[in-house]
Amino acid sequence: MSDKLYVARSSQIAARRLDDEMMIMSAVDSTLFTLNETATFIWEAADGSTSLEDIVTHKICSRFEVVESEALQDAEEMVRQLAGHGILLLSDEPLAAANPSRQVTP
Amino acid sequence: MLELAPLVDCSNVVIEIGGIAARVAAADPAFLQMLENRYAGFISSRTDVDFDFHVDLGEPGMADPDADVSVANCMGCWSVERGDFRAEWEPETSRGRIRQSPNPYAIDAVLRILHSMLLAKRGGFLLHAASAIRNGKAFLFAGVSGAGKTTMAGLAPADASLLTDEISYVRKHAHGYSACGTPFTGELEQLGENISAPIAALYLLAKGSANRIDPVPAAEAARALLSNILFFAKDQEMIGALLHSACEFVGRIPVSRLTFVPDSRVWGLIG
Repeated sequence: MSDKLYVARSSQIAARRLDDEMMIMSAVDSTLFTLNETATFIWEAADGSTSLEDIVTHKICSRFEVVESEALQDAEEMVRQLAGHGILLLSDEPLAAANPSRQVTP
Repeated sequence: MLELAPLVDCSNVVIEIGGIAARVAAADPAFLQMLENRYAGFISSRTDVDFDFHVDLGEPGMADPDADVSVANCMGCWSVERGDFRAEWEPETSRGRIRQSPNPYAIDAVLRILHSMLLAKRGGFLLHAASAIRNGKAFLFAGVSGAGKTTMAGLAPADASLLTDEISYVRKHAHGYSACGTPFTGELEQLGENISAPIAALYLLAKGSANRIDPVPAAEAARALLSNILFFAKDQEMIGALLHSACEFVGRIPVSRLTFVPDSRVWGLIG
């Protein structure tokens, strides 16, 4: 497992937070995804310049009683799934941030 | 730019749905008469129309006559194709043309797609839902095929006015939403009444052994709403508008699950 995995939100999506869930629609195929509270923290922190490990340490482990190594493993699995659907971008180098104008805020 | 034939040699009819008027011009009077019959109750005398279409009758020349509808945007021009028609229109000029065989289904599909796009820009949408007005308020009953839309419409009491048994027309206003009657029919094959009213509730249909209404949390309501909205364009701006509209709607309109036994008593809970 890489400890230098960078994640960024795709610009080909629309997203909106509703209650504790993040709702994300792909502009490629109109598929709707909903993220739970934990995944939403990762999504919101996916700026392309912060490593996944740092996100897990500062956004997840600081809020939830979890073992850091397990949380990182779960987070990596989650972001790879989302990347497979094209709504997150992954790289072993920092990425340019996604277009914030496509983020729809409540 | 589209090359549009001059409209002066053609007669036309104006079909107004949800307050949006589309003028359809064609050289064949029999075709226009068919449209007047098909859209009876939705034919308008308006001259300040929102959209102009010119229809060329003939085989659309598609490679696959059974192909599903496809929608594409090229340089701001929308192109919509199905086995029985090919349509193009420019939102900027509000004009378009349709090449289709002389059947009523092709232009019905074009109108559904056109209205879904126009509504998306205005915070509204077309919804797979039956709807009716009772006591001055509109009620929507959403669900996939077989969920009970036609059943609910068919069971509506005499004091309810049916807007549609298949495709509900939702418009956003400054202080809420209204539902409008549509000519888009389902199994009832009965045109809705061309009237509108403020939306009081959206019910997600589920058949069961007893009639009951249960509230639905906002996120679940938005997911259910999105799964029932008619949407054709794989376009980022449209996707963003759609998601925004769905979230706004569930924030303003109560969404509940209506579990019902398919008989008229269920309407005792409505209105």
